[in-house]
Amino acid sequence: MASTSHHGGAPHVEEHAHPDPRQYIRIAVVLAIITALEVAIFYIKALEDYDTYILLPLSALKFILVVGYYMHLKFDNKLFTYTFIFGLSVGGGVILSLMALFDRMF
Amino acid sequence: MVDHAMEIPEHPTSTGLNNVKLAMWAFLASDCMFFGSLIAAYMVSKGRNVVGPYPEDLINIPFTSVSTFVLLMSSLAMVMALHGIQTGSLARFRIWTVATGLLGLVFLGGQIYEFTEFAHEGLSISHNLFGSTFFTLTGFHGTHVAIGVIWLFSMVLASFKPGLVTQRKSLNVEVAGLYWHFVDIVWIVIFTLVYLLY
Repeated sequence: MASTSHHGGAPHVEEHAHPDPRQYIRIAVVLAIITALEVAIFYIKALEDYDTYILLPLSALKFILVVGYYMHLKFDNKLFTYTFIFGLSVGGGVILSLMALFDRMF
Repeated sequence: MVDHAMEIPEHPTSTGLNNVKLAMWAFLASDCMFFGSLIAAYMVSKGRNVVGPYPEDLINIPFTSVSTFVLLMSSLAMVMALHGIQTGSLARFRIWTVATGLLGLVFLGGQIYEFTEFAHEGLSISHNLFGSTFFTLTGFHGTHVAIGVIWLFSMVLASFKPGLVTQRKSLNVEVAGLYWHFVDIVWIVIFTLVYLLY
C-alpha cells in the first residue's frame, strides 16, 4: 500500500498499489472462462428458461472484475468509485424504469 | 505490486486527487447514462418488430463470442501497457499499446463484417425496431472503440518524441486505459443483453 500526501492544505490521499502482471493475467483467464461459460449456457436447452438469471449475474461478475482490477477502482480513492457508481445508477435506473414502464421486465 | 504515484497532483487540488483522472471518471459516469438510454431503447423495443429480419435470423453467437474474447484480451494488453510505462519500460508500453490497438481494430473489423452481413439480409437502421436500436447501440459502441484506437496509436506516436510519454507522466496512459476498459465493460453488457438474451 502506498500512502501519498502533499502540502498546500489539500486533504491526505491514501492509495493502494495496483496489481502486478500475474494478477492481470489471472483476471483475464477468469474473464475468458466466464465468457466461455456464458456461451455454453446459451446453447444448453435445459437452461433456456433460466438463462436470464444465470447470464445476468455472470455478466455482472465480468463487469465488476474489469472495473475493480483493470480500472483499479478496488485500489483507488473511493471518490472515483462514488463518481462512477452515480452515473451507473442513473444509467441502470433509466433501463429498469423504462422496461417497467413498457412492461418489458425480464 | 506496482507502487504508483499518479494520485500525487503536480499542484494541490481540493480533493487531493488528479483532476484529469477525476474528470475521466466523471465522463465515464456520464457515458453510462448515455449507453443506459440506448440499451433501454433496445430493451423496450425488443420483440416488437412488425417485419423481419428478426434477431434470431441474424445473430451469430460463435462469431460475436470471438469478438468479445478479442475485446476482453485487449483490456489485458492495455493494463500490461500501463504496467510497462509505470515501471519505466517504454518498449513494453509501445508493444502492449500497439497490441491493444490492433485487437481493437480486429474487433472493429468484426463489427463491420457483422453490419455488412445484416445489411445483406435486408436489415437497415430504418427497416424495423431491431435495426434502429441495434445499429444505434452497437454503432455508438463501435465509434467509441474507433476513438479509443486513434487515442492509443496517437500515444504510441507521441512516445517517440522525448519527454511526452514517460514514467512520470504515466497518468496520461492510465486515463486512456480507463476509457478503453469502459468500452470493454459496455460490450460485456451489450453481449449479454443484445446477443445472448435476444
